[in-house]
Amino acid sequence: MMARMSPAPPLWQEKIFEVLRKGGVEQIAYVPDAGHSHVIREAHSDPGIHGVVLTTEEEGVAVVAGAWLGGQRAVLLMQSSGVGNCVNMFSLLEMCRFPFLTLVTMRGEYAEFNPWQGPMGRATQRAFELMGITVVRVDDPDEVEDTVSAALDNVFEAGERVAVLLGQKLIGRKKWER
Amino acid sequence: MNRLDRREFVASLTAAVPDALIVSGLGSASYDLFAAGHRPGNFYLWGAMGAAAPLALGLALAQPDRSVVAVTGDGEQLMGIGSLGTIAAARPANLTVVVLDNGHFGETGMQQSHTSLGTDLVAVAQGFGISDAFVGTDVAAVAERVLARRGPTFAHVPITTDEPPRALPPRDGVAVKNDFRAALELPTF
Ligand SMILES: Cc1ncc(C[n+]2csc(CCOP(=O)(O)OP(=O)(O)O)c2C)c(N)n1
Ligand SMILES: [Mg+2]
Repeated sequence: MMARMSPAPPLWQEKIFEVLRKGGVEQIAYVPDAGHSHVIREAHSDPGIHGVVLTTEEEGVAVVAGAWLGGQRAVLLMQSSGVGNCVNMFSLLEMCRFPFLTLVTMRGEYAEFNPWQGPMGRATQRAFELMGITVVRVDDPDEVEDTVSAALDNVFEAGERVAVLLGQKLIGRKKWER
Repeated sequence: MNRLDRREFVASLTAAVPDALIVSGLGSASYDLFAAGHRPGNFYLWGAMGAAAPLALGLALAQPDRSVVAVTGDGEQLMGIGSLGTIAAARPANLTVVVLDNGHFGETGMQQSHTSLGTDLVAVAQGFGISDAFVGTDVAAVAERVLARRGPTFAHVPITTDEPPRALPPRDGVAVKNDFRAALELPTF
């Protein structure tokens, strides 16, 4: 395996991992996105957390439900294009009223270069809402920690289903040349 | 191929692993599990096609000291086929996936599925990295794997296309979830 040298992660990503860890999250299921890199890396290096790499996001909905059935808190990380992959699987959450927290990095908005990210990016919020999942959104790096932490309380203390959309501006412009 | 009776297989398996936590895939697999006798360690799906194996994975990671079994149909497993790769990567020693394969989508009118059109699920599971993938026509061999917890394990069980009478488990997912958690001494939330 090749370890790629990476620059220090943005502070807001470090804060997300801290909130999840302190919030007792023991499973982090994901399909990768650059904006989740730090949390994914930490999930795999923290002995108290299972990092679960998925082949498609809908698996993660079921993994998170199973984790909670067995008494663990879990979250699903994905990018906005993955939300459409989950739609029917979300019925599991409503039928059994599973607590559900997902963190979604947005594409198809701020300074997007790839038009193929547009259709699902524009439908992301409505897709969640159609399936009864509450959406909160954050674009200011200084508000990420509080937003995620409040969502975590809504989910695991009040038993809700919440998606936190991490605006594309947080991630910044993607560099296309290499 | 030696094809088994689905109800007999599931009833003998559950009897042999009384303490296992069992998740069943929508339709016939859920009927089979319920017909074998309800217990609070059963979690029946009625929808969310493709969820049985990944849901059992989350459960297995959360309950490493318990044997966890997913019992599902070929169609249901095919829809969640990538989860076999996810299971192989996560390596839960306590998880066994049991696929009752009649080569058809029985619940929807017995249309042929991929497994009677060329797909070999044992090879697929092995290809995904579940090295302990085998044809589980011997219930005792499957039960031994479940109890040993040295998986992950994938058991492919060829069954006949017989459709036994429906045995309908509770459809109230919230109640089933709460009973299941109560059996693990967990609060409702
Ligand atoms: C997303 C989705 N697509 C299609 C269906 C319809 N459906 C219900 S059960 C089933 C087939 C199940 O086949 P299998 O798992 O092999 O079960 P069995 O043959 O034992 O009945 C299908 C296609 C559904 N419930 N959900
Ligand atoms: Mg079938």
